[in-house]
Amino acid sequence: MAFKHKDIIGLQDLTGEEIELLLDTAENLKEINSRDIKKVPTLRGKTIVNLFYEASTRTRTSFEIAAKRLSADTINITASTSSVTKGETLSDTARNVLAMKPDIIVMRHAVSGAHHYLAQRVSCSVINAGDGAHEHPSQGLLDMLTMRQKFGRLEGLKVAIVGDITHSRVARSNIYGLTKMGAKVFLAGPPTMMPPGIERLGNVTVCKEMREAVEGAEVVMMLRIQLERQGKTLIPTMKEYSRYFGLNNNVLQLAKKDAMVMHPGPINRGVELCSHVADGPQSYILKQVENGVAVRMSMLYHVSGGELATE
Amino acid sequence: MKLLIKGGRVVDPSQNIDETMDLLVVGGRIMELGKGLKAPAGAETIDAAGLLVTPGLIDMHVHLRDPGLEYKEDMVSGTRAAAAGGFTSVACMPNTKPVNDNKAITSYIVTKAGKEALVNVFPVGAITQGSKGESLAEMGELKESGCVAVSDDGRPVVNAELMRRALEYAKGMGIMVISHAEELSLVGEGVMNEGFTATELGLKGIPWAAEDTAVARDVYLAEFTDSPLHIAHISTSGSVRIIRNAKARGVKVTCETAPHYFSLTDDAVRGYNTNAKMNPPLREAGDVAAIKAGLADGTIDAIATDHAPHHLDEKDLEFNLALNGIIGLETSLPLSLRLVEEKVLELKALIEKMSCNPAKILGIDRGTLQVGAAADITVLDPNREWQVEAEQLASKSKNSPFIGSKMKGCAVYTIVGGKVVYKRG
Repeated sequence: MAFKHKDIIGLQDLTGEEIELLLDTAENLKEINSRDIKKVPTLRGKTIVNLFYEASTRTRTSFEIAAKRLSADTINITASTSSVTKGETLSDTARNVLAMKPDIIVMRHAVSGAHHYLAQRVSCSVINAGDGAHEHPSQGLLDMLTMRQKFGRLEGLKVAIVGDITHSRVARSNIYGLTKMGAKVFLAGPPTMMPPGIERLGNVTVCKEMREAVEGAEVVMMLRIQLERQGKTLIPTMKEYSRYFGLNNNVLQLAKKDAMVMHPGPINRGVELCSHVADGPQSYILKQVENGVAVRMSMLYHVSGGELATE
Repeated sequence: MKLLIKGGRVVDPSQNIDETMDLLVVGGRIMELGKGLKAPAGAETIDAAGLLVTPGLIDMHVHLRDPGLEYKEDMVSGTRAAAAGGFTSVACMPNTKPVNDNKAITSYIVTKAGKEALVNVFPVGAITQGSKGESLAEMGELKESGCVAVSDDGRPVVNAELMRRALEYAKGMGIMVISHAEELSLVGEGVMNEGFTATELGLKGIPWAAEDTAVARDVYLAEFTDSPLHIAHISTSGSVRIIRNAKARGVKVTCETAPHYFSLTDDAVRGYNTNAKMNPPLREAGDVAAIKAGLADGTIDAIATDHAPHHLDEKDLEFNLALNGIIGLETSLPLSLRLVEEKVLELKALIEKMSCNPAKILGIDRGTLQVGAAADITVLDPNREWQVEAEQLASKSKNSPFIGSKMKGCAVYTIVGGKVVYKRG
């Protein structure tokens, strides 16, 4: 099957088959990353602009490496070094970037819907590297790839997602992706961080307590808590948050014996994750990062038409 | 100048009239209302057969953006939009640049309106100086120079004690206080209604409680001070309930809603449509139903558009960055006529809310076709179908969620002081 989308804005817009295709391709491309010469000519001559309106190390680097391994030329524009600080509108920046004929714009933006706005105004492909609290599709895909590698399937898995669901684009992309692939998603977090109607986004269960979500789960995904960003009114202290919504070995024991612990990074050690768990044998956090490159190669490959195929 | 409007269905709630009659206008006043009137020599005749003839519609909540923000709208374009929408009078909110918080600005508006406006313009002054919520504006002078009400519209009076004093003082000066009821700490950085749609779009929500708690506070302050109070643009089922209860126990509170609050839900925001972004935000189906019920049982006294023109550059942006507000003058009538079609309101009750009641609330001698009254008349065709097209709108700004929508009903003649200021071709 061919991938028909010009853009990847969110996993909400993709079918289960399309997600599977992206994951299968990522699985195939992964091998390149362990070669001696980590480069294939697949996207040679293509120009990819990484337009980052929000600070990011992991995602931007991962997209850049993915592009380079496919031989594309990449340019990074970040808020601090671009005309963004001069107050140029997104529409003007996009037009200027477009005038330089890029093939793909990979964008991160603090405002939900910014990619929707951009994609309507440019002819090149747009890949969402995170928009506000809306979606982060490459993260959702790399999370699913990591789970699938471990369990050989996504269908029927119990996945607990714990933390600030309201402000999390990672949670939304995972909810869309996982429920389309037949996994069962259980959410936990303080009520102040649980958005209304979230259970209607997919086959999602909202749990009162973290234990309920973790019990018998194959995957425990912890979200980063950002007090400075999410307002001081949502939780009393980090200490109390950690006590009720942090993952330590005691809570982890409620999950399946071989359960995976995941986190989109960067970790707040001792807050949502204790170091024993973060660095323990059940942690797949670095595997997630590794898979991120393969997944992003797959996304770049498919929005480019995919017909260039392998060498 | 003489004008005979013949054979129309005259609907005038102020006189409890709903029948086919003729209307004779002489010298800017209503001279005669009756059957089989003969056109006097030199009179112009309008054949109103099949049309409705109503007291001129009054929009008690518009933003004309003049002075200071004329790139969005000005006296001419704003009142032309009003005339095209069938409105013969508008009350313009004080959040201009500078804020209309003193008699100099009010006089500027009144003078400019006298020279340029196509319809009657009644300024609303600020409650507090600069609408900053710190100290009372000179309400006495505002009233004397032509203001019909005071409001810090666009923002609430945050300090409850100041709101109390505003109500007391305004009562003494005989001027109505219009409250923009919103608890800002609950609004926070919200950009749309808090609910499932906001969750899905990943946009920060504004809970209904932000409106309800503010409405409740102001209703209690009106009750405590025994002062009249008008609440602007209510959008939630809770506001309807609070005001219904308050009216039942005799509080002197009135309120308005806008056509978008009974025509759209927050679903309209999908696709990050910045023309569905306004404050208060579009709510959910239950609220729309409650607003209709509030209109039907008389809890909601008036329909006002909150006509809020913005330049394309202020709307063609990422959702969070776009300004709040939509234009409404040219779509209010057909959207409101849907209430009659849906049997929410009798035609008479609708005209009451679009003409008689706003006149009463603001204390202006309009909203009637009584003999001797100023000849402000709207002749409308309730059945004419048309489509909203940006280029056709008289307003300078085109920020409407109804662009491209099919409408039924429109003004055919808008008559102000006996003079036809708008005629639909």
